[in-house]
Amino acid sequence: MDISPILDGFGVVLEPANLLYCLIGVIIGMLIGVLPGLGPGATIAILLPITYGIGPVSAIIMLAGIFYGAQYGGTITSVLLRLPGEASSVVTVFDGFALAKQGRAGTALGIAAIGSFVGGTVSILALTLVAPVVAGFALDFGPPEYAALGILGVLLISSVGNGNRLKAIIAACVGLLLATVGRDTFTGAERFTFGSLNLAEGIDFIPIAMGLFGLSEILYNLEERHNQVHSPAKVGNVWPSRKDLGQAKGAIGRGSLIGFVLGVLPGGGAVLSSLAAYALEKRRAKQPERFGRGAVEGVAAPETANNAAATSSFIPLLTLGIPANATMALIFGALLIQGIQPGPQLVTEHPDVFWGVINSMYIGNILLLIMSIPMVGVFVRILRVRPAILAPITVLITLLGAYTVNNSAYDIYLVIVFGVLGYLMKKFGFEPGPLVLAFVLGSMIENSSRQSLLIFGGDPAGFLTRPISGTVLALVVIVAAWPLIRKALRRKTPDRVEEKIT
Amino acid sequence: MTILVGYLPTPEGEAAVDAGLREGRLRGERVIIVNSPRRGAPVDERKISDAAGTELLRRAREAGVDAELRQPLHDDDLPGTFEELIRECGGTLIVIGLRHRSLVGKFILGSEAQRILMEASVPVLSVKAPAVRAEL
Repeated sequence: MDISPILDGFGVVLEPANLLYCLIGVIIGMLIGVLPGLGPGATIAILLPITYGIGPVSAIIMLAGIFYGAQYGGTITSVLLRLPGEASSVVTVFDGFALAKQGRAGTALGIAAIGSFVGGTVSILALTLVAPVVAGFALDFGPPEYAALGILGVLLISSVGNGNRLKAIIAACVGLLLATVGRDTFTGAERFTFGSLNLAEGIDFIPIAMGLFGLSEILYNLEERHNQVHSPAKVGNVWPSRKDLGQAKGAIGRGSLIGFVLGVLPGGGAVLSSLAAYALEKRRAKQPERFGRGAVEGVAAPETANNAAATSSFIPLLTLGIPANATMALIFGALLIQGIQPGPQLVTEHPDVFWGVINSMYIGNILLLIMSIPMVGVFVRILRVRPAILAPITVLITLLGAYTVNNSAYDIYLVIVFGVLGYLMKKFGFEPGPLVLAFVLGSMIENSSRQSLLIFGGDPAGFLTRPISGTVLALVVIVAAWPLIRKALRRKTPDRVEEKIT
Repeated sequence: MTILVGYLPTPEGEAAVDAGLREGRLRGERVIIVNSPRRGAPVDERKISDAAGTELLRRAREAGVDAELRQPLHDDDLPGTFEELIRECGGTLIVIGLRHRSLVGKFILGSEAQRILMEASVPVLSVKAPAVRAEL
């Protein structure tokens, strides 16, 4: 393996400007991780316009920092206030808050920070080794393979994710439909433009992301009545004892592995892996009844896993150009804005971006470890701000940002339309994630499948005869038919009882 | 019959509790210590922890007063929250601590204490923090 681009990547990261953006990213990540409601997805969406002004490497370093920084921050409120700041820290509440009630909040936070650091670092090491290999393999991919991969990606994201499968597929279809709006690149024909010049350009990714993730999340959270106010919690000694570390060691190791594997899978990501890691620890434990009453492993496992997953979900994005979850779709969009097409060529064409981003995670995790242990109290202070003050400011920033991208008021209206759409989707139980992902992948699927049809001379059987695209399409069929297969299997073994997490 | 004591973890709040407990023993009435955080933010530093609440009640027991701690949330109407408690528990007196605030400060930010003084339906006893008293 040629090591010099990796070292050059460190050179890129250690430039003062990039170090600063890394620091800004992880601090923002920590803050919004602490705040319940505003997640990393919403924050990245809101900050997308800012990335216009800075170079691609700095932009992605900052956005990545927000993403994994939020995994650290989410822990803090789970432990101290029984209030998960992020979806990926929901399981940490059980044992983290129990530990806090025993006066061991510091231990829980310390273990979580160390676990997060280990999980993140193990995952980056694996990413460093695996990503170039996958990218090298994917260099042989042509348009047919991309078309097939895109379809698999959309399907996996709508079926593996949490929530209602049918609703996710409906959302994905709407995303695919939105991707077709505008002038057709091959023939120049106008599609779904209704005679509007604005629509003829196609719908931009930024207003969709800012509306569906940013504005809709703010609207949705405003409606929530906060009927519980907590008194500020004190955090004592944050250094875990040797005994606690010994207890958590195994959980951290297994959590890193689970997180890495589940993070790579489309639709997996931080939330799923934290649940899986917690469930595994509980099943393995000699006294499972300790869980929920302050088991150190119950904090270590999910926190390690969610960080490992947050890191490893960059693999499909950076190597195949396929975002594994909604937040990765936003980073995908950010790269596109910078004129960089994520995909296997990234490692050879833009090694500074590829290795710069990966190596910035080493630095970012060290920064987070340094910040998260002694500075917990500082970050918790943001919880004193009332949503009634925070929400209007965030909306203002969102709309201003949307305007500055093209200096067009039309974009503001688009953000508002998609904000309301996203709010209604959440009200009716639709996740906006599949919609945005399908929108991002939609144009890729369409372009590459039409290119391949041109290559094949109009014969769709060509997709099946090429080995890689054929295999991927077979996987598509399996994933699509999986619920039926599972039903058939379950009928044969009726005794099996589904295990619940808690 | 009950005495309501407005309490926040500040010197003024401590002074109010001291005065409230003295008044309670004098009149032989029950004391309700009201520690009302504002609704909205997940954390309010003016809400006291359970341990601090137990400590307050211990002080009341030592003073020989029957006391209770209530922590209702308030929105924009703190006097209204007091009125509700007065109706509910038959309050006869409100005890609050006053802090110094300039005219301009009062004009811009308003003053919850002033509103309680003006709007309460029962007599209000207002006290100052010990340090302020010493200065005067």
